Amino acid sequence: MMKNIKQQIIVSGVGGQGVVFATRVIAEASMEAGLNVLTSESHGMAMRGGTVVSHIKIGAFKSPLIRRGQADVGLFLTPANLGVHRDLMTKEGRIFVNTASSGDYEHCDATTLAKDAGAVVVANLVLIGYAVQTDSLFCTAELMKNVIRRISQPKQLELNLKAFRLGLGVNGTTQK
Amino acid sequence: MKDERILMGNEAMGRGLVECGCEFFSAYPGTPSSEILAASVGFAKETNAKMHLEWSVNEKVAYEGALASSYTGKRSAVAMKQVGLNVAADPFMRSAYLGVKGGFVLVVADDPGPHSSQTEQDSRFFAQFAKIPVLDPSSPAESKAMVQTAFDLSEKYEIPVMLRPTTRVCHARQNVSCDEPVFMERTPRFEKDPGRWIATPQFIPELHRKLNEKIDDISKLDDFRPRCFKGDGSRKATCIIASGVAFACTYDLLEDMGLLGQIDLFQVTLPYPLQRNFIEQIRSGYDHILIVEETYPVIEAQLLDPRVQGRQSGRIPNRGELTPDVIQGALEKFLDLPAGEAPPAAAKGKRPALCAGCPHRAAYYAIKTTFPRGIFPSDIGCYTLGMNFGAIDTCHCMGACISQGTGFYFAYAGQEDPPAIVVSIGDSTFFHAGIPGLINAVFQKAKFILVILDNATTAMTGNQPTPQVGITADGTPGKPVLIPDILKGCGVEFIRECDPYDMDDFSAHLRDADRYCRSVEGGIAVVISKHPCLLDRSIRDKQPVFEVEVTEDCTGCEECLNEFECPALLLDKAEGRVVIDENTCVGCGVCVSVCPMGAITRK
Repeated sequence: MMKNIKQQIIVSGVGGQGVVFATRVIAEASMEAGLNVLTSESHGMAMRGGTVVSHIKIGAFKSPLIRRGQADVGLFLTPANLGVHRDLMTKEGRIFVNTASSGDYEHCDATTLAKDAGAVVVANLVLIGYAVQTDSLFCTAELMKNVIRRISQPKQLELNLKAFRLGLGVNGTTQK
Repeated sequence: MKDERILMGNEAMGRGLVECGCEFFSAYPGTPSSEILAASVGFAKETNAKMHLEWSVNEKVAYEGALASSYTGKRSAVAMKQVGLNVAADPFMRSAYLGVKGGFVLVVADDPGPHSSQTEQDSRFFAQFAKIPVLDPSSPAESKAMVQTAFDLSEKYEIPVMLRPTTRVCHARQNVSCDEPVFMERTPRFEKDPGRWIATPQFIPELHRKLNEKIDDISKLDDFRPRCFKGDGSRKATCIIASGVAFACTYDLLEDMGLLGQIDLFQVTLPYPLQRNFIEQIRSGYDHILIVEETYPVIEAQLLDPRVQGRQSGRIPNRGELTPDVIQGALEKFLDLPAGEAPPAAAKGKRPALCAGCPHRAAYYAIKTTFPRGIFPSDIGCYTLGMNFGAIDTCHCMGACISQGTGFYFAYAGQEDPPAIVVSIGDSTFFHAGIPGLINAVFQKAKFILVILDNATTAMTGNQPTPQVGITADGTPGKPVLIPDILKGCGVEFIRECDPYDMDDFSAHLRDADRYCRSVEGGIAVVISKHPCLLDRSIRDKQPVFEVEVTEDCTGCEECLNEFECPALLLDKAEGRVVIDENTCVGCGVCVSVCPMGAITRK
């Protein structure tokens, strides 16, 4: 039954925010969950602090690109990108934004939490943690945590896990 | 156990080369192709495969090296971006005539859009121009499988085979199965054959005849007859022909629109030469034919049929990337369907900029302010972003800026008080194609300032080492080739080296250089702007940090924002002044020299 899952996810941010790493984490989690996955990401010129977006398509797809109005989940590492990439979302899509200010989306101040964890750059994992605890993603928090454990650089592992846990805990979820 | 991994398209092709027993693989980095060679380095280490892997100085050099390796019977490969093949065009065109021995695969990554290139040219046309076969993968997994197909085809017909992925294959990730490499370890055997390997004009007609024969034979292979996803006949005599990622997008779209299984859909994997029987099948079996391909009408042009709709006929836009949204519009028109709801137009994103603390920014600001009337030819790399704040005037193709400097010099020579010509080029670009232009400039007695932005790396494409760094692709030491030695060898007599972070000193060198250029005995004056790229975190950790602050004296004039464009300087609109973004600032301290009010100070 798991195999029939289809989910389209975007990760939106600016170069340097770890959009590519977040994409990898989600892609690896899909494979771990036994699902096919295709992603598309930005490299090169686009990455020098410019706006970037990754597409992640989980399940039986052939193309790595998401059509406008088709994404089920949006992870926005900056609220500035809402105007740029929101058009990719379905009307019922769940949008998670890294911001302290509320709006017509779910949000948490991932940058401040990441700073507390030790480095601004792990805001990506805070946001993934925050999204996964709402049960809106294709996999469990536990599976995602295993993936982070597996693919993090040894030096970064503790920091990454800490950031992920902070995201999981945003809504007061109990943490192991 | 099945070894399945999440691989980027470039990693998948890099893996494919290792698995196929490729023994020589050379490349020059260029988006979107850059990660292929690095992936092969990693997989060769992991599997103990014996391969010569090199970051060559440029694509022509990479091509010629791999070609000679193939002459000895070894499987060989070369990778580049599409415009890299322009640089390698000379050996490429002739290699089709002379052919190869060991399987020879050239991976040429196209960039429809383009996202990170100076053209969106279609390398499949280049393959057709050269008369060699070209494979067009639609996904990372397929790109890996096609490496094997390409080697087999190349070896069977002794012909170079092009594998042409696009950005959306190169930079897509997918779960891909990995296999154990086949170790060929062929003993090199170069068989002398002057009529072939020297091939003076008298031998060319015969080689050309053989080439035509090979292409003709390949066009008859049933293996490359496009795969058909059959329709149920409800749409009579209608078919869609697609290749590459455009096929993948079309397939997903048809499924989404509930049309999959109603229309015959063909996937072309070998766009040139288009399979002979397939051409006949389409011409005789269909009246409504849509071709979806990137980026030029290669398949369309081979079908030569007025009923065909595509890029040439205007049904599909004749430029740009075929995103699912673009294909959707074309499908709706082709199938007479009502147009889908148009989503609201999206806002434009933030443009890329040089990183905080980037040494190029410091050098550019000094050049701009020292020569307000100057002409600034520049080149390809991160430093092209200098255009954001008016620090460069041209960017054409790798190495062009130096020859352009010569052109500008002679155009203005004899004018009263000519503008300063200040050419800027990165270290890797200088090695790639700048040196012949420099020799020419010196020899022609041109006079201009050449600033070599030496950040000790190829930054834009992911920090590949340059010849000066002296580290080869697999991390082992090579023999460093030093830029000052090259400059001297090219006959340059004015050479200065300076860290641009010291802007006063750097500007003083620029003024000296200008005086030299304008003197009777002057010539080319080179100023090497020397400071390593900060993308390497260890470099950043080693350099001193100056904490800076913006004082009450800031008037909000925005000089630092518009003329210097550091991402760590932000405008606080409410306060009407500039603030420092502590999360971004690396403490280079250069902005202190920029503020006309002296309002940026060290803490």
